[in-house]
Amino acid sequence: MHQIKCPWCGIRDEAEFSYRGDATVQRPAPDSGIDAFNDFIYTRANPRGWHVEWWHHVAGCRQHVKVVRHTMTHEIHATGKATDKLEAPSS
Amino acid sequence: MRYSGLKLFLQGLSGHRGWTQAWRKATPKDSYDVVIVGGGGHGLAAAYYLAKEHGITNVAVIEKGPIGLGNTGRNTTIVRSNYMFPQNHHFYEWSLKLWEGLEQDLNFNVMMSQRGVINLFHSDAQRQSFSRRGNSMMLSGIDAELLDRDQLRAMAPLLDLDNARFPIMGALLQRRGGTARHDAVAWGFARAADQRGVDIIEHCEVTGIRREGNRVVGVETTKGFIGAKKIGLAVAGNSSRLATMAGLRLPIESHVLQAFVSEGIKPFIDQVVTFGAGHFYISQSDKGGLVFGGNLDGYNSYAQRGNLPTIEHVWAAGLSMMPSLSRVRVLRQWGGVMDMTMDSSPFICRTPIEGLYLDGGWCYGGFKATPGAGWCHAYTIANDAPHERNKYFTIERFSEGRMLDERGVGAFPWLQ
Repeated sequence: MHQIKCPWCGIRDEAEFSYRGDATVQRPAPDSGIDAFNDFIYTRANPRGWHVEWWHHVAGCRQHVKVVRHTMTHEIHATGKATDKLEAPSS
Repeated sequence: MRYSGLKLFLQGLSGHRGWTQAWRKATPKDSYDVVIVGGGGHGLAAAYYLAKEHGITNVAVIEKGPIGLGNTGRNTTIVRSNYMFPQNHHFYEWSLKLWEGLEQDLNFNVMMSQRGVINLFHSDAQRQSFSRRGNSMMLSGIDAELLDRDQLRAMAPLLDLDNARFPIMGALLQRRGGTARHDAVAWGFARAADQRGVDIIEHCEVTGIRREGNRVVGVETTKGFIGAKKIGLAVAGNSSRLATMAGLRLPIESHVLQAFVSEGIKPFIDQVVTFGAGHFYISQSDKGGLVFGGNLDGYNSYAQRGNLPTIEHVWAAGLSMMPSLSRVRVLRQWGGVMDMTMDSSPFICRTPIEGLYLDGGWCYGGFKATPGAGWCHAYTIANDAPHERNKYFTIERFSEGRMLDERGVGAFPWLQ
């Protein structure tokens, strides 16, 4: 079971959260063209390693939490607010 | 060595000491016409059909571990073709037809058991939806039957038809669906491909894909560089990683899906049954163990193991459907890594890179597709163009607005 530290509520079980995917994708500028929007909507880096992602604390404070988690070990390196700049470890 | 009942009898007289190994332990050559990455059912099937249907025998299948231990060894062995969209009918029905002749074709017992696949429905709206799917199947010549409660009770008496929350109103049945022995599928294709000259190279991990311009020239592996005129990827779960090596990004997220086997018990459920009010599916193996599974854990993972909240959820759905399951103990539980595409449909296609072909994105429906996907992948590689049966399974369908959203169970693009 993942134990996710919500910046507002503290450490809570994974069961309280709803996963919302890759937090690194950014909406392109409106005139970026169809390829940029296709990439934004559908394609993902999908790494085996550190992954910056959204977890919605849906059964708690209902805030979106940014989480740096390893997709192979499930280790959580850091969590923060949506506006926090979180970096994945280099290894 | 050709297998037969007589051969089994004669071997029995001499203590079964005369069996030879089913496929060679090949060492890699410098180069091949085609290299298939991934020695699961899909990759081995592609190599087999390349040799059998297209006469291309200078082929290697490269596998990082022993064959058949990825998702081929981690599924719930269900075979069916009860899809609604015509684009999927062409493909899955062809795959089921290949399953029906597979044992004779491969000379290998894959324990194909057409015991019937039953999809339960629990409301009027769901009945409408299922009967529409059944009608769509029949228009394409696929068998489908709508069962009422009495017919269903006669077939599967242990179902909780009068469940207070989710009463069962009937079911859609595909009699030709069923199960097959997953390991035997990998072994059967490996043996048959090997007999036609395909090299199966185990314990050889691909670490890079070498390109010259926009064309692939081979793969870097833990056993050195292996040249290839064409490369087929059949590594579902890891398709994004292999595609990244070639400089491609795919509309895929890798998720973990768990499955379970109970202790062996007497005959309990004769068919494959799926719950319609939650995500749960169950069948019984020949050893008596109940094989069942449910939904994804729901987050990106390559770990091949899941977490307890999903286990609790799956079993709760199972108990709603068959309360007698509560007395059954689970022996084993495991996870597999799924390529979840953004529309829940697969890829069997060319890629933007010359000579690189993709068979992936199977979400959690890849096992039933094994022979069909191998067949279509082989065709696409041999002709550098898709067959009629897999022409919709392209990467470009997303940018072209032609998604195949059959059940909407894929990963979801979340816009900010």
